Amino acid sequence: MNIERLVAMVNDISRYFASEPDSQAGAAGIADHLKRFWEPGMRKQIVAHLAAGGAGLEPLAKNGVERLAEIDTKLRA
Amino acid sequence: MLSIVEIDRGTPAVLSDKQVTLEIDGCSIRVPEGTSVMRAASQAGINIPKLCATDMLDAFGSCRLCLVEIEGRKGYPASCTTPVADGMKVSTQTSRLAEIRRGVMELYISDHPLDCLTCPANGHCELQDMAGVVGLREVRYGYDGANHVFANTKEGASNPRFASKDESNPYFTFDPSKCIVCSRCVRACDEVQGTFALTIQGRGFDSKVSASQDNSFLDSECVSCGACVQACPTATLSEKSLIELGQAEHSVTTTCAYCGVGCSFRAEMQGEEIVRMVPNKDGHANHGHSCVKGRFAFGYATHPDRINTPMIRQKITDPWRIVSWDVAIEHVASEFKRLQAKYGKFSIGGITSSRCTNEETYLVQKLVRAGFGNNNVDTCARVCHSPTGYGLKATMGESAGTQDFDSVECTDVVLVIGANPTDAHPVFGSQMKQRLRAGARLIVIDPRRIDLVRTPHIKADYHLKLRPGTNVAMLNALAHVIVTEGLVDEGFVAARCEQPAFEKWRAFAAQEKHSPEAMEAEIGVPAGMVRSAARLYATGGNAAIYYGLGVTEHSQGSTAVMGIANLAMATGNIGRAGVGVNPLRGQNNVQGSCDMGSFPHEFPGYRHVGDAAVRASFEQAWGVHLHDEPGLRIPNMFEAAIDGQFKGLYIEGEDIAQSDPNTQHVTAALEAMECVVVQDLFLNETAKFAHVFLPGSSFLEKDGTFINAERRISRVRKVMRPKNGYADWEVTQLLANAMGYSMNYRHPAEIMDEIARLTPTFHGVSFEKIDRLGSIQWPCNEEHPEGTPVMHVDQFVRGKGRFMLTEYVPTSEKVNAAYPLILTTGRILSQYNVGAQTRRTPNVAWHEEDRLEIHPHDAEERGIGEGDWVGIESRAGQTVLRARISERMQPGVVYTTFHFPGSGANVITTENSDWATNCPEYKVTAVQVTRVNQPSEWQKRYQEFSQMQQALLDAAETP
Repeated sequence: MNIERLVAMVNDISRYFASEPDSQAGAAGIADHLKRFWEPGMRKQIVAHLAAGGAGLEPLAKNGVERLAEIDTKLRA
Repeated sequence: MLSIVEIDRGTPAVLSDKQVTLEIDGCSIRVPEGTSVMRAASQAGINIPKLCATDMLDAFGSCRLCLVEIEGRKGYPASCTTPVADGMKVSTQTSRLAEIRRGVMELYISDHPLDCLTCPANGHCELQDMAGVVGLREVRYGYDGANHVFANTKEGASNPRFASKDESNPYFTFDPSKCIVCSRCVRACDEVQGTFALTIQGRGFDSKVSASQDNSFLDSECVSCGACVQACPTATLSEKSLIELGQAEHSVTTTCAYCGVGCSFRAEMQGEEIVRMVPNKDGHANHGHSCVKGRFAFGYATHPDRINTPMIRQKITDPWRIVSWDVAIEHVASEFKRLQAKYGKFSIGGITSSRCTNEETYLVQKLVRAGFGNNNVDTCARVCHSPTGYGLKATMGESAGTQDFDSVECTDVVLVIGANPTDAHPVFGSQMKQRLRAGARLIVIDPRRIDLVRTPHIKADYHLKLRPGTNVAMLNALAHVIVTEGLVDEGFVAARCEQPAFEKWRAFAAQEKHSPEAMEAEIGVPAGMVRSAARLYATGGNAAIYYGLGVTEHSQGSTAVMGIANLAMATGNIGRAGVGVNPLRGQNNVQGSCDMGSFPHEFPGYRHVGDAAVRASFEQAWGVHLHDEPGLRIPNMFEAAIDGQFKGLYIEGEDIAQSDPNTQHVTAALEAMECVVVQDLFLNETAKFAHVFLPGSSFLEKDGTFINAERRISRVRKVMRPKNGYADWEVTQLLANAMGYSMNYRHPAEIMDEIARLTPTFHGVSFEKIDRLGSIQWPCNEEHPEGTPVMHVDQFVRGKGRFMLTEYVPTSEKVNAAYPLILTTGRILSQYNVGAQTRRTPNVAWHEEDRLEIHPHDAEERGIGEGDWVGIESRAGQTVLRARISERMQPGVVYTTFHFPGSGANVITTENSDWATNCPEYKVTAVQVTRVNQPSEWQKRYQEFSQMQQALLDAAETP
């Protein structure tokens, strides 16, 4: 899927969670949102994109995707 | 003319704790205090003659036919205007009363034509009935004198009192020669509809009904709701369909297939032909009212454009081939199986329809989950109310509005944000207007001056005319005032909400950066006005928020919904009549299609596919293994299609090529697929890109249920056989069986039984119970066996209410020198959604094209005059519309509707979307507007493509 679109979508999500005073909680919120609502292929793609440098991802979005990679056991399979 | 099956008790029912006992013609009867003598008599089975009275209107007391005698009282009081009293003794029939009534009728008939046998009202005329009831045997006055009946006097001169028939309205006629000036039409327009378009002009014998300033009905302010036609006791106001066909012989109660109000109608029939649609007085959502769409615009169901045979083709440039159902279904099944074999299980999916019944929607998602073996199912709520689902679930625990419509009767402060009820939800709009005329206060938050801001006898206390895209900033500013001015309902919050989340939110909202003053420049509304509105909302008594797509269709749609829920919780406006958070749903069954598990991440009842226990219950019932991960959302499907990963799509009753944003992107995705199957009434825009067309059936041709914006489950009943041969649920079932997944439902009632078994909020629902109760608001289960009008009463569905942080993040769609204006989109009363239905009815008389509304200042700067062709260009595309200069717009903001495909409104809208749900940001697009003299390139291509597709349809042949 168009990676710029996925990056833009994660950035949008991260801007919502930016208001969370605890940035750890913010990253967890992003990861949970992606896990609940994104189709696995899209999750795989964004995690791979981060592994390749994560161009375009804003800092909190990066943290969120990192966190996703940790919690999303299926992606490791 | 009233329904042929309803009983008219003359005056409206009265609610009172106190009962009064009286005697009518020797019969003792007990009725609520405040009831009229006429209504009490009717309840006792005694029908007092009447003409100006009907229970859809307040008593008026003008016809003097309903006179009675009351022991101990002088004279002959009108029974319609006389309230009952304890111990009252009423005689409804005496020789004196008979004489008076005969005299009254004689006068009426002396100015009324005697063409009863050829009159459209014949068989159901109240005047004729009353002449019979009073025993009128002669009219002594003759017609030689002054009259309204004849065009010419006996001497041949023209009769100045005569007015010819007004046939300007496409659906009904006004024949003044038959009018008895009972004022029922005028009162219906005032009391029921609230438009005040009709009046009685002149005095005494000169009195006559006139529309606006003696205009024709079509040119007047009349909105063609038809309440006047329904109220008319004679043939003066008659449906054209009634004039053409004659009286109906049977009546079937069903539910309207237009907007989310979900009006109950009586389809009054001759065999399988509809004579008229009459709103059901016992309808729980509409109480006997309707709008121009529901009452009149049903002709699309029999429009010649309708396609009733399946068709297939290899490529979208091939002519269609008409085939049998067997061939079509076999073709789809083999194509889908081929695609899954070649590209994988996840390469196909389905889209359910908010215009189809719950049972049909349920079957499509079941076909996808159980038959296709994936969760690639989504619905059009994606592009309208998906943020409502997300936001209300997160804060209160259930993805639905909190109230019933009647709750507004107890509301003291109405807050309307991003909704235009008088156009988009007109019947509820009328109910809201009734409450506002009775004294409720009104706050409107909208970039546009919608009708509600200033309409007869209603004026908004505050119109916060914010800049598009700043809803969240506005909601935060309101929250700031509530938090910092001590307006929080501390008791409610302490008892009902999660404390830590509330404290976090309180600290968030109290930040100075959210104050109305700090936000004034961004929002564009004076801070003082925002403060006053916040105080009114928080302290004005029962306050209810009504919102629509102006809230959800933004990059922060879900945030705004949570902001709304926060306001309601903070002020304790949840959990009783008169308050609440009320999403006004777009299409008739948006609520239902969401409830039925149309979203890729949720089973019916909003339960995540990853929930093992829930999944196990479905696996057991459906007998297959189910996928535990969310599927693709509609925009994801498009992306995946363009990538070559998504190849086949089964679309039931949706038109994504017109309704979804960035049309050129959507059509590119459709063109990239190998098997697009469209099931619809018409060759819609999406079907022009389809490989298989499966004809659909209209709501008149099947049984099922719809769920409206109040969570109200109502029956849809079959009044005619499907013109295409199958109801839509049967088509899905055929397809499932052909795919190798067995379905064997014999009737939609069996599907609802399965839904009820598997969905906790529907456990108590059955067709039998809906038939018995009229309608049911879910949750309906062991705890609420008859349904739930108001939710979250003692506790929130999720237990404690949860305040969510709602940081304002300005949209990335920003104005600049190249695109200096903001385009926002909306709807109009006479048209519905993509217009596939209403464009195929005479409703085009009111709206035959989408126009661009632009403020005079912006127009002048660009040299644009009324009616000029203007090009509208955004980052996504360009289209051309005609301009309408309008001060309803604020400078810098332009507006259009999207009811006509050729308008290309969605060629301009971008792919920006809500962060949580990908609901498109339809309401904010940066554009430039210029005068042009030819259609846009897209429009030329569209025109060419449509002509080609029409030719391929015309060339369709049976092989």
